[in-house]
Amino acid sequence: MAKLDSKVPKGPLADKWTTYKDKIDLVNPANKRNIDIIVVGTGLAGGSAAATLAELGYNVKAFCYQDSPRRAHSIAAQGGINAAKNYMGDGDSNYRLFYDTVKGGDYRSREANVYRLAEVSGNIIDQCVAQGVPFARDYGGLLDNRSFGGVLVSRTFYAKGQTGQQLLLGCYSAMNRQIARGKIEMHNRHEMLDVVKVDGKARGIIARNLITGEIERHSAHAVVIATGGYGNVYFLSTNAMGSNATAAWKIHKKGAYFANPCYTQIHPTCIPRSGDYQSKLTLMSESLRNDGRIWVPAKMEDAKAIQQGKLKPTQIAEEDRDYYLERRYPAFGNLVPRDVASRAAKERCDAGFGVNATGEAVYLDFATAFVRYGTEQAKIHNIKNPSKEEIIKLGQAIIEEKYGNLFQMYEKIIAENPYETPMMIYPATHYTMGGVWVDYNLMTTVEGLYCIGEANFSDHGANRLGASALMQGLADGYFVLPYTIGDYLSDDIRTGKISTDTPEFDAVEKEVKDRLDFFINNKGTHSVDYFHKKLGKVMWNKAGMARNEKHLKEAIQEIKEIREDFWKNVKVTGKLDEFNQELEKAGRVADFLELGELFAIDALDRNESCGGHFRDESVEQDGPQKGEALRNDKDYAYVSAWEYKGEPSDAILHKEELEFKDIELKTRSYK
Amino acid sequence: MSGLLSSSLAKKYAMALSAFFLIFFLLMHVTINLLSVFSEDAFNVASHFMGTNPVIQFAMQPVLIFGVIFHFVMGFVLEIKNKKAQGVKYFKDNGAANSTWMSRNMIYSGLAILAFIILHFIDFWIPELKYKYVEVLPEDPTRYFHELQEKFVSIWRVGAYVIAFVFLALHLLHGFNSAFQSMGLNNKYTKGFKKCANAYSILIPALFIFIALFHHFNH
Amino acid sequence: MMNLTLKIWRQKGPHDKGQMVDYKVTDISEHMSFLEMIDVLNEQLVTKDEDPVAFDHDCREGICGMCSMYINGEAHGPDRGITTCQLHMRMFNDGDTITIEPFRAAAFPVIKDLVVDRMAFERIQQAGGYIGVNTSGNTQDANAIPISKHAADEAMDAATCIGCGACVATCKNSSAMLFVAAKVSQYALLPQGQVEAADRVMNMVAQMDAEGFGNCTNTGACEVECPKGISLENIARMNREYLKASSKG
Repeated sequence: MAKLDSKVPKGPLADKWTTYKDKIDLVNPANKRNIDIIVVGTGLAGGSAAATLAELGYNVKAFCYQDSPRRAHSIAAQGGINAAKNYMGDGDSNYRLFYDTVKGGDYRSREANVYRLAEVSGNIIDQCVAQGVPFARDYGGLLDNRSFGGVLVSRTFYAKGQTGQQLLLGCYSAMNRQIARGKIEMHNRHEMLDVVKVDGKARGIIARNLITGEIERHSAHAVVIATGGYGNVYFLSTNAMGSNATAAWKIHKKGAYFANPCYTQIHPTCIPRSGDYQSKLTLMSESLRNDGRIWVPAKMEDAKAIQQGKLKPTQIAEEDRDYYLERRYPAFGNLVPRDVASRAAKERCDAGFGVNATGEAVYLDFATAFVRYGTEQAKIHNIKNPSKEEIIKLGQAIIEEKYGNLFQMYEKIIAENPYETPMMIYPATHYTMGGVWVDYNLMTTVEGLYCIGEANFSDHGANRLGASALMQGLADGYFVLPYTIGDYLSDDIRTGKISTDTPEFDAVEKEVKDRLDFFINNKGTHSVDYFHKKLGKVMWNKAGMARNEKHLKEAIQEIKEIREDFWKNVKVTGKLDEFNQELEKAGRVADFLELGELFAIDALDRNESCGGHFRDESVEQDGPQKGEALRNDKDYAYVSAWEYKGEPSDAILHKEELEFKDIELKTRSYK
Repeated sequence: MSGLLSSSLAKKYAMALSAFFLIFFLLMHVTINLLSVFSEDAFNVASHFMGTNPVIQFAMQPVLIFGVIFHFVMGFVLEIKNKKAQGVKYFKDNGAANSTWMSRNMIYSGLAILAFIILHFIDFWIPELKYKYVEVLPEDPTRYFHELQEKFVSIWRVGAYVIAFVFLALHLLHGFNSAFQSMGLNNKYTKGFKKCANAYSILIPALFIFIALFHHFNH
Repeated sequence: MMNLTLKIWRQKGPHDKGQMVDYKVTDISEHMSFLEMIDVLNEQLVTKDEDPVAFDHDCREGICGMCSMYINGEAHGPDRGITTCQLHMRMFNDGDTITIEPFRAAAFPVIKDLVVDRMAFERIQQAGGYIGVNTSGNTQDANAIPISKHAADEAMDAATCIGCGACVATCKNSSAMLFVAAKVSQYALLPQGQVEAADRVMNMVAQMDAEGFGNCTNTGACEVECPKGISLENIARMNREYLKASSKG
């Protein structure tokens, strides 16, 4: 098998992208009109790509499973978007953003890609402001920034707690402009079910019209996959209910390598599960940890009483509380990175100290912040000898100003007032750093097949920093792909329209139809959700926040069994040629059942702890870091790219060795 | 004009402007009627002026009639269009949870007012036309007060009158502020308007009712 | 734990007549979300080989705007400031009968059961819901035009619309004014949006009318039921913008 070629341009890191852009082949405007591009997924990455490619003059066909591009799950991102603008004058630069991202990713990302990301980050903000995205501003009318995720500068732009929404609506408006001009042919409520290759190149897709059930053929000169991450392999995650890996998995089965599936981000501040009926988890911005203190009862009897509802958290004395993050990580305290905070919560809950009926929750307490802000406010307002109640009231007003919408959301879901009693939080699957392997051009190992945004593996290494997902999606779509895809398509100007009436399309369409027929006709015993929940449980328990060889081997076996059971006993009601949500789910879960196994295989292969991937076998044995994650740069400084060979267990591992020329590899320490 | 009125927003402006005009007319009408409570002569003078002045009769009156008819016709046009926009009806619809009765039933309060206006025309306006233009009777500047008093003798007519003005109040309570909103006047500076409009909506119909009752009991 | 009777609109497809059908669900926890309660019902239906109730939903955290149920006569149900997916069963009592219908409007035809087609909203946005700037990145620096904090905040408030259609569903006239006004307002408040302001409002309103939405009679129901609390002031602003644009000819 050929060695993986990342196609990173030669030359100094800072000049690579500029030199690259100067040298690529361009397609002249008249020829662009003769070239079709399919974009699947219309979140930040797909939406921005579709709009930009259409503006450039290509004929774009865009697809999304929702009823509008505006509903893609990018919309749920709350916190903000990073950009190295250095508006605050606090020493930020492209290099610093690049450095933070590589370090944050625990040195498992490709240097050149990350540098390019940092380089175009500033452009994103310019672009979005021009589009009318209402970013927060200060009283002088200039853009405001906040700090985020434990970096040393303030570089996060935000639009209240709805940054993802506003950026997506910006993309959506740019798309609408092109849809109105006829340059984007938008296919809402369509799901891509496979990719069609002609002579080794991606030349089209098979999609299902989700309203009529009709199977459609669509051809193009290149295909772009921007369908997001695979967090729903855990069944419960902060992803949308419809978020799925089908497009990514289908292209994997058609030759695109899948990279680092085990890199998953578990977010520490989510609203805990309340029972077995739970369908999804809700994230609350990580910024809450700036002011909240995390604790569980120090005494087991208190924990038990709380779990049984006999005791309230406010009744537990200060000395009987275990502020475990402050105890274990005195330097960073409650602000340790996401993965560290998540594992620490799990450790306490596994030990039996969880604080709700399920035993899977810890407290996030704002009482100290109320007093701190309140005292400060009393001084500012010259209130002499304020009472304790007055102070708390003043402090609560400040907290409300900062996090009011989050507190309100919490109250709606849990029905407890977080101003009066501590919040309960628990980690949940949030983002997947792994994904389809792409080279510097964002092309997969299949020619003419591109993958952008969360769906690819590229920029975040083993762990993603806060406010970087939006940045990557938009960078790929607005500023990277439009250049790189042009270079590829410059060879296609004489190809002419791609016919869908070919044996290749016939064959793939038959595959798709056979599979759908199978689901409808199987008449099994269990619903699709039944299998999805089972898979999720295995994934969470054995390939979740902390992994080990024994559990992973069990997971591989169990997932295989669930998969076999699924193909025997799944029941899908309804018909093929109608709106059928059970049928949609069946296809997605079938793919998760394969992806989950590859995930576990990858996690088993990577016997080191890095970023979101923690192996019980790889921890510091002694010294001040004892018990913390131990990375192994000697043996594992590579990207695992898996080639499909029939069954997940037969997948072949290809390694892309990672070289770090501009950065020195260091251990992350938060003690 | 027809091009302008074809858009939904233009229809709103037209509704609002005709409403403002009618609201202003009400103010004038109630002022003159009020005179009848204080002084028979003053009322007769004012009524005579209104009834014989050529500007009022041949310029203002047609405008008023046009305003009334326009407001009603447009109201019906919108109602029909809006009904069509609804499509299938809800099995259960809890409008009271999010809007006032007045706002949801403008067409009914409007119909009640229309019925009253027809009665009013039969009572005052048609006899007036007959008097002046059909029978061409000699002008008597003192006849108005007595004509007015006669109309309020019947308890049934007074009852109908009172009910109609209650509907007018309900219609105004939504309509006045709605007209402001339609014309784009709704921001933090217009909070005061709202209170005035609400006061007007109750006060004016109340005065009409008071006048009717006054004459009924003081006959 | 609650036992409930559900009256749900069932309609096989766009051309089916449709009807209300009664279902019973038992042992519903008050901590469940409304959609999780429907999940329970659907699991029951699948077990009995019946067609589960089709309904739109995606993010289940109140931001995507996909979920759209008319519950007990109100868009997104009896709670305020939330979408259907954020409604929790603690708002109901044991033994309740709950009616569940799709968002109704002639411009929102039913696709199946509780799923409606909101493409009309898409076409309105395509008619002018954008600023005509290319995404090339060759724009001026983001801080080149200062925008007052007040204007930016107000624009943000208008921009939080999630396009769910609750305003249309709840309006007795099936008017889309709040939805259209939110977008018109957002751009009208920002300097970037000024250049195309007149065309934008004229085109979007024309498209709104063409889609067959009703007229606004200012009942204010949309503002009350809007999960994002979009203010009626936006409609007033659009009315001003339209007047201004019309007077320019």
